Amino acid sequence: MRRNWIGGAFGWVWLVIAILPLYFVAITSLKSINTYFGSNPVMPSPKLAFENFTAVLEADFAMYLLNSVLVALGTVIPLVGMAFMASFSIVRSGHRFFSPVRSLFLLGLAIPVQATIVPIYLLIIRMHMYDSLVALMLPGIAFGLPLSVLIISNALRDVPRELFEAMDIDGCTEWQKMWRLALPICQPAIVTVAVYQALMSWNGFLFPLILTQSPDKRTLPLALWSFQGEYATNVPVVMAAVILSSIPIILLYAFGRRYLVSGMTAGSSK
Amino acid sequence: MVSSVDPTAVTSMPGRRRAPGQDAAESSPGAVRSQRERLMTSHVLFALPALLFFLVFAVLPLLGVVVLSFTSWNGIGAIEFTGLVSWKDALTRETTWHGLLLVLFMIAATWLLQTPLSILLGTFLAGQQKYRNVLAVMYFLPMLLSSAAIAITFKSLLDPNFGIPSGLNLAFLKQNWLGDSFLVWVVLLAIIAWQFIPFHTLIYQGAVRQIPQTMYEAAQIDGAGRVRQFFSITLPQLKYTLITSSTLMVVGALTYFDIIFVLTQGGPGKSTRILPLDMYLTGFRGNEMGVASSLAVILVVLGLGLALAVQRLGGKDASASQMEGA
Repeated sequence: MRRNWIGGAFGWVWLVIAILPLYFVAITSLKSINTYFGSNPVMPSPKLAFENFTAVLEADFAMYLLNSVLVALGTVIPLVGMAFMASFSIVRSGHRFFSPVRSLFLLGLAIPVQATIVPIYLLIIRMHMYDSLVALMLPGIAFGLPLSVLIISNALRDVPRELFEAMDIDGCTEWQKMWRLALPICQPAIVTVAVYQALMSWNGFLFPLILTQSPDKRTLPLALWSFQGEYATNVPVVMAAVILSSIPIILLYAFGRRYLVSGMTAGSSK
Repeated sequence: MVSSVDPTAVTSMPGRRRAPGQDAAESSPGAVRSQRERLMTSHVLFALPALLFFLVFAVLPLLGVVVLSFTSWNGIGAIEFTGLVSWKDALTRETTWHGLLLVLFMIAATWLLQTPLSILLGTFLAGQQKYRNVLAVMYFLPMLLSSAAIAITFKSLLDPNFGIPSGLNLAFLKQNWLGDSFLVWVVLLAIIAWQFIPFHTLIYQGAVRQIPQTMYEAAQIDGAGRVRQFFSITLPQLKYTLITSSTLMVVGALTYFDIIFVLTQGGPGKSTRILPLDMYLTGFRGNEMGVASSLAVILVVLGLGLALAVQRLGGKDASASQMEGA
């Protein structure tokens, strides 16, 4: 087979494009402020300065990190649980009640979340939850449901009928079938959904922006944004903050890459 | 619809068989029916939390935004129904039409830029060589960063004095990238491409891998070269994937709010004040929630309309299976 030179060259060019900005972030975060102003921006500093990371850690980083973790967990765990149970009903029940339910969730994929921020703001105020972490979880769960239900119900549809029938003979309830049979089989799909939604929640900017106010309710992206305003002239510190805020999600990616990639591309090539 | 069996009995006894009384009921004449009802009850109960959540925090806001577009509200005080006042306001503002044009331009430009590149990269990554998997891992890294982090990174990276332009010492790179109404769009489109091409590349990679190898073998026997194979086999086979990816790109372009918000705040002047950003600024900075809601309704219609248009362009039969894929 002849080699695909064009594709190959382009593939490597894109690697450089993808990595270069990340390289810039990494080397800049390790420069002292004086080196930053005095050295060539594309060259790493010979003397590594970790003071920027210390500065970020001292600027309430732990609190923002905790907020982000709490919001991610508070979104993903109920979301996955609800999506799994709903998917089970949609796939297992032949009742015609569930056909519109399924369509409703599919339709949800086409809603531009952005367009709903005013009513969500109003709703959260009326529920007396403005400026709380719970306020960030609620819309996150709702808008995460469509894709999660889609992925999990696709996985459930592949479970052989005979397995469920066997459990019928044993006199198991639907509840037992759901947790003892469907859950273990759907585990990969569930991990996919969990990793993907954790990523969405972690990087979310819009809901924290409109639904919170006080500094102690900030999640990392919002904290990063205001941090950049405060440290506008100290770029190395801001770059260190970019790195620290991304480390948890990069770790999650390292753990869930296989699931994440297969989930994001699931079904899109039918 | 609700059977006589206590609904909590079905949901609250994991790890235990049904109560003896229920077994007895099965042998009686109405047993089949009551069992079906019981099944239905448990299924409804399982689906209920998700359904309620979705109705309250997604469907209700979607309907709410239509209602609010007929009101005037400053975000704090009372909400007053004022008929078409907000709509009239929204539709007569120059920023609305400007923002609408900009967002349409952005959708077209991001699509034209990202689609060919994603297809090329996806086809390339679909090869079986091991190093291509390693490349795929690297490609995916930009997807992990938040839009806020990306905007902040590029802001410093493009700094004329301390960023990459000065480091590489190339004259044409030393521009006021974010201060010029044309250059700022070059930057924005490049950043969005950098952030989202990896995702679409992965979609195309998966799709190319599913094309049967025998089709290529047959083409080779017929003497078709690489380029010919790409245009005669790969591209036509990617049709449905193209629809999915394009739908996501088009609807997704309506949500590129955060990156623009952090990078330019709509500036310089109003040159990047796309409609979604205009909507946020009108509502949450200008305290005109009614007008913002009218703008939001325009966004919803635009999103649904564009999604439908892409599906329609791709052929009717595709839409059913593609909704599943999206």
